[in-house]
Amino acid sequence: MALLEIKNLHAEIDGSEILKGIDLTVNAGEVHAIMGPNGSGKSTLCHVLGGRDGYEVTQGTITFDGHDLLEMETEERAIAGMLLGFQHPVEIPGVKNIYLLKEALNAKREAQGLEEIDTFTFMKQVRELVASMDMDDAFLHRGVNAGFSGGEKKRNEILQMLLLEPKLALLDETDSGLDIDALKVVSDGINRMRGEARGIILVTHYQRLLNYVEPDMVHVLYKGKIIKSGDKTLAHRLEAEGYQEILQEAS
Amino acid sequence: MTETQELEQLVKREYKYGFTTDIEQEIIPPGLDEDVVRMISAKKKEPEFMLEWRLSAFRHWQTMTEPEWAHVHYPRIDYQALSYYAAPKSQEELDAEAPESLDDVDPKLLETYEKLGIPLHERAALAGVKGANVAVDAVFDSVSVTTTFKEKLAEAGVIFCSFSEAVENHPELVKKYLGTVVPQGDNFFAALNSAVFSDGSFVYVPKGVKCPMELSTYFRINAKNTGQFERTLIIAEEGASVSYLEGCTAPQRDENQLHAAVVELVALDDAEIKYSTVQNWYPGDEEGKGGIYNFVTKRGECRGDRSKITWTQVEAGSAITWKYPSCVLKGDDSVGEFYSVAVGNNYQQIDSGTKMIHLGKRTRSTIVSKGISAGHAENAYRGLVHIGKTATDARNFTQCDSLLIGDRCGAHTFPYIEAKNASAQVEHEATTSKVSDDQMFYLRSRGLSEEDAMNMVVSGFCKDVFNELPMEFAVEAQALLAVSLEGSVG
Ligand SMILES: Nc1ncnc2c1ncn2[C@@H]1O[C@H](COP(=O)(O)OP(=O)(O)OP(=O)(O)O)[C@@H](O)[C@H]1O
Ligand SMILES: [Mg+2]
Repeated sequence: MALLEIKNLHAEIDGSEILKGIDLTVNAGEVHAIMGPNGSGKSTLCHVLGGRDGYEVTQGTITFDGHDLLEMETEERAIAGMLLGFQHPVEIPGVKNIYLLKEALNAKREAQGLEEIDTFTFMKQVRELVASMDMDDAFLHRGVNAGFSGGEKKRNEILQMLLLEPKLALLDETDSGLDIDALKVVSDGINRMRGEARGIILVTHYQRLLNYVEPDMVHVLYKGKIIKSGDKTLAHRLEAEGYQEILQEAS
Repeated sequence: MTETQELEQLVKREYKYGFTTDIEQEIIPPGLDEDVVRMISAKKKEPEFMLEWRLSAFRHWQTMTEPEWAHVHYPRIDYQALSYYAAPKSQEELDAEAPESLDDVDPKLLETYEKLGIPLHERAALAGVKGANVAVDAVFDSVSVTTTFKEKLAEAGVIFCSFSEAVENHPELVKKYLGTVVPQGDNFFAALNSAVFSDGSFVYVPKGVKCPMELSTYFRINAKNTGQFERTLIIAEEGASVSYLEGCTAPQRDENQLHAAVVELVALDDAEIKYSTVQNWYPGDEEGKGGIYNFVTKRGECRGDRSKITWTQVEAGSAITWKYPSCVLKGDDSVGEFYSVAVGNNYQQIDSGTKMIHLGKRTRSTIVSKGISAGHAENAYRGLVHIGKTATDARNFTQCDSLLIGDRCGAHTFPYIEAKNASAQVEHEATTSKVSDDQMFYLRSRGLSEEDAMNMVVSGFCKDVFNELPMEFAVEAQALLAVSLEGSVG
């Protein structure tokens, strides 16, 4: 059974249709890359998968790990194992990063019938992850994303992913705004998540991330539809030729 | 006429009101005139100076009218329809009214205690269950706790007692300080309080003494039925310091709709007073019916050089809150601080803020006000920063933030600045924000429920104020906010 199965998905924002019939299947163990020009609907797809209010699904179905995803609230999706890494992570002043991490982890544990994690184990685990992301412990005690640089925000998203160990990670342009070293660190993080039981969707504009995290499939999203899918060589082609050629081919 | 004769006469006069049974004698019938004031004083066996003080307050009150400038609306209060004295009830009477067990207590109240994380053994006592004191004793051993507290305080020379006890045992201190910060005629409600106040707390920390404990712990176990006209006086002598916490996060119900308390703080040279409040009186129901009118006058005077007074408040309850804890910065280099979270939900009305009156040289004040409005609530910040002619190089920083939840509530800011000295530096920052959809989506996508997400954003918004609360109360205050904002999402 596929981990994620999207069939003929149509979705609107404020009455205008943004997604116009998307089909996508991701199996456990696979990494998929979604590419496409600005405004083609990549982030919209992520938000629809996350169940954001105001994004109305007008047609189609989504199954996630055996659940009818469209019947679930945002937090239920998270607890069922979906993690959305945001293109623009929002600032939440006054809420310590460490506090959010702990609450998020405990929300998941509670749903699994586990006790709250004890502070010692938690701190140990988080410190290791922070070090692996080449971040300073000080980040844990700052407000969530508050005053973080663009790259720091993205690392923070990966940190959350590593802690929460989702079944499916949807990473929306996690590579944008990263310097070369950070790109390596983030890629390493994603590769560590990669595994038999997990699916990963990478939304990206650049081949350079895919050099580090090799995708099993690459899809091109254009005007709300996947117009082409292929293996990793498709991304190489895009990098070399740009979208023009492929768009023409598809139409 | 000697005092005894006078008392006798008063006692006789009571009969005029037709008191026949023992129980009824404990209550003075509704209405307020000089006789009632005399009776209150007599019942409390007060010395002559207290009676005179009350009477002059009463006379002043009669010349005053209720203020109307606040951003609140309520039906006229008929002051002649209120009762101004009810003696503390005997244990038998209390038992007769008390619920037999927790099973007889309003389940909704119990649910709230649970959400607030109040320990089981305290719940019964808070809900006034019969014999619950004993239960508290058993677990807390509160008698011995109390004794330890008392011994410790006495050793340090700190006086901490009820106001009535202070009048009885330390009249010279009461006489010296009472009304020196909030004069009898300060405002309508303060005058009323001065005439009829029931009881309250008294703290005196002698020269050079750091009070060996937070006065909260003690207070929390013991405070009960403090009454509608509470009077508190705290004095820190030269170099002394004390931290006092009033109130309780547990919802407190009270028969009296009008609460008009007065709190006076006096800090002498190098003294420091930290006064924290968690207020959670009954706010009325979802439609705005019922609820306490909380009209409070709180003021501290930094009388000495380098003294410091800090007010921290979490205002969550009451139907109407009208409250401006203030600092009069008389001493040179004295410091005043005000940290406030005021949350209103449903039909609550809040008009709160502070006054910082700079008189001494190089006086500094900080104001951090966080107003949260949800439902149909109206939340106003009203603040005055006054820099007097004599206050050379005074500084003030004000940060005033409002957070709106939903679109039917209101936030208002009324900052007044009066600078009479050109060297003053006054900074004011104000923001109004909404809990954004982006924030809610972000947190929910991490597995938090809608309510938890909201609470997280709100407590983040209040962080600067919570940091000022004594540790244990910061956690409770957070839980209290969550309960207060229940039903404001979705
Ligand atoms: N709230 C909204 N109301 C109307 N249109 C919207 C709204 N949000 C997004 N859109 C439109 O939906 C389209 C898809 O946007 P989306 O953010 O999904 O693009 P994207 O593929 O992620 O682009 P980028 O590569 O720039 O991140 C855009 O044309 C955008 O303007
Ligand atoms: Mg995007």
